[in-house]
Amino acid sequence: MSAGPTAAAGPGKGRTGPLAWLAIPALVFFLAFAVLPLLGVLLLSFTTWDGIGAISLAGLANWFGIFTDPLMYNALWLTLIIMVVSWLVQTPISLLLGTFTAGHQKYRALLAVLYFLPLLLSSAAIAIAYKALLDPNFGLAEGLGLPVLAQDWLGRPELALFVVIFVIAWQFVPFHTLIYQGGVRQIPKSLYEAAEIDGAGRVKQFFFITLPQLKYTIITSSTLMVVGSLTYFDLVFVLTGGGPGNSTRILALDMYLKGFKANLMGPASAVAVILVAIGLALALLLQRIGGKDNSGSQLEGS
Amino acid sequence: MEPISPSRRSFLSLAVAAPLAAWGLSACGTAGPGGAGTTGGASMWSLTGQPNEGIRKDTVDVFNKANADKQIKLTFFQNDAYKTKIKTAIGAGQAPTIIYGWGGGTLKSYAQAGQVEDLTAWFAANPDVKAKLFPSAFGAATVDGKIYAIPTQTVAPIIFYYNKELFAKAKVQPPKTWSDLMSLVATFNAMGIAPLSLGGQSRWTSMMWLEFMFDRVGGPTVFNDIFAGKPNAWSNPAALEALTKIQELVSANGFIKGFSSITADSNADQALLYTGKAAMMLHGAWTYGGMKNDGGGFVQAGKLGWVDFPTVEGGKGDPKNTVGNPANYQSISAKATDAEKETAKKFFKEGLFTPAEIDAYIQNGGVPIVSGIESKLAATADKDFLTYVYTQSKDAPNFQQSWDQALSPTAAEALLNSIDQLFVKSITPEQFAATMNATLGK
Repeated sequence: MSAGPTAAAGPGKGRTGPLAWLAIPALVFFLAFAVLPLLGVLLLSFTTWDGIGAISLAGLANWFGIFTDPLMYNALWLTLIIMVVSWLVQTPISLLLGTFTAGHQKYRALLAVLYFLPLLLSSAAIAIAYKALLDPNFGLAEGLGLPVLAQDWLGRPELALFVVIFVIAWQFVPFHTLIYQGGVRQIPKSLYEAAEIDGAGRVKQFFFITLPQLKYTIITSSTLMVVGSLTYFDLVFVLTGGGPGNSTRILALDMYLKGFKANLMGPASAVAVILVAIGLALALLLQRIGGKDNSGSQLEGS
Repeated sequence: MEPISPSRRSFLSLAVAAPLAAWGLSACGTAGPGGAGTTGGASMWSLTGQPNEGIRKDTVDVFNKANADKQIKLTFFQNDAYKTKIKTAIGAGQAPTIIYGWGGGTLKSYAQAGQVEDLTAWFAANPDVKAKLFPSAFGAATVDGKIYAIPTQTVAPIIFYYNKELFAKAKVQPPKTWSDLMSLVATFNAMGIAPLSLGGQSRWTSMMWLEFMFDRVGGPTVFNDIFAGKPNAWSNPAALEALTKIQELVSANGFIKGFSSITADSNADQALLYTGKAAMMLHGAWTYGGMKNDGGGFVQAGKLGWVDFPTVEGGKGDPKNTVGNPANYQSISAKATDAEKETAKKFFKEGLFTPAEIDAYIQNGGVPIVSGIESKLAATADKDFLTYVYTQSKDAPNFQQSWDQALSPTAAEALLNSIDQLFVKSITPEQFAATMNATLGK
């Protein structure tokens, strides 16, 4: 970054001055819409409030309550499963699709547009559509005449979670495909040419050039996926509402149901604080993993 | 001239002050709850969805025409969104003058927070308003002996429906007792027809089964004890027996396969009954209109039957007892101005249940909570059903309000969550009772 324009601001300490002023609108918005509500939630987690009446202090009662609540541990566990399985499902698919669509052939461009479609739909619309398709009596099975599909997809605790993970993947794979596509297109052609001369085939090129070169792209995509999986709410809420028998009641949903359905704003705020803490910790951790080692992937020079 | 070079301190203080200033400004900009235009006017929130939306709008239009100085500004919201919005609005002191609701536990939480007007004295001063309405409708409007809401709209008991065509094909009669029901379950399962339709994902649908079973096994006292918050009221032997029987029904494949993934909002549960995929269904009286509209002549051809919920052998409940929503309710915000409150009360007295409004409800297949409408009901095409609903609501020895409305929102959410688990058999009746006992008095 150049310090050029600051020279005109006059002598003295004003080197970073005007640049700092430029950050003010963003900073104001960040404080007003992120930091202030966050502090509010932190304060609320130490109070008892039903959302209607007066707010009264509760000390640590909500926190003790939350950490002895089996529902919270269940939600935490489910969130972890969704996070890990989603990553395991989405990353390979997005990576392969991204590499595939990075080619400039016409049919690939056409397919890329098709893959991109789910991203244009809202989560609620996707959930409603899937709910209709998966209906055991009037859904896809009835329409296609395939009784195999007439499973109780969202009604059996052991199936519902994986259906949720599938629908989430269906929605988000296009987005990550797009990220990988961009990443692959930035890899210099010369590397592939060199590899070809050395006699490396397609598969070897993928594993020894594409994959290492995509290191930062993978970290970016994984961060979005992992931290994003903490916030899956709308889709699950519409699709299953947390059921059957709490088998899809993830942390974000647990927070909403506690706060806005059961009128327990205190415990709900405590869950919210836990969500924020986990999200921050994960984001930092992933950045650390990617940031330390600088030798892995460079586009130019190095 | 001072150079434009902020010190770190001034920069940060400005950044902190700006959002606070913006906050202050926005607070000034939204004075006046609901934002009614004229001074004597009031605001009213109500629910979307025909026919009630249209009827409410017509009633308010008529009132506004007759009262130029007391205008009511009406806004409609979608059902589920409204429940969250009204809670937030009341908590933030932004409630409309006239608050639409379901009475019971939610109204109690408003009343205890001092957010709604006590109407007891007003009803005493206007005895004819109260005398016109079903007495059973006032129970859910009353908190600690004081009336906080006026009952409105229609009564909606829960009805045990059955498909007459399927019953004729199986050569069986509708169930009178629980063992009848269990043997019907076996009969229909053997025919490859689901015995009972249920939109289990909506949870309150499954709750209706428990409401009836608690009553039929142990009588009204079982839930009254729960409502009063008596210790361990959910562990009442009658309650445990009812819960066990429900799980037996689930185990016998009484409910249609996949009931846990069917929702009531999509009306798929009704479709199962009128398409002949399921033989029986326990559902609200409001589904009659829906099945008449969507059923392709199913109701018009007389294929829809209904009976009282079966009795349980050795049980204490009167077979005439029913459950459901005794009415909908309108309350007045305690934060409204005196002029707004006056307008609201005038509307309650003159605007609600005009002859035109009563006729409109009946025309649309509802039973307004007004006494003495037998002849009007008998003159309609749906006279059999409407008269059944009317007599059942009016003559029921006990009309239990839906539990999720009667209990506090905290207890109701725990209840629905436990019911969901009970129906997929991930908890036992004892675990159900233990979880719910912990919510008593909350």
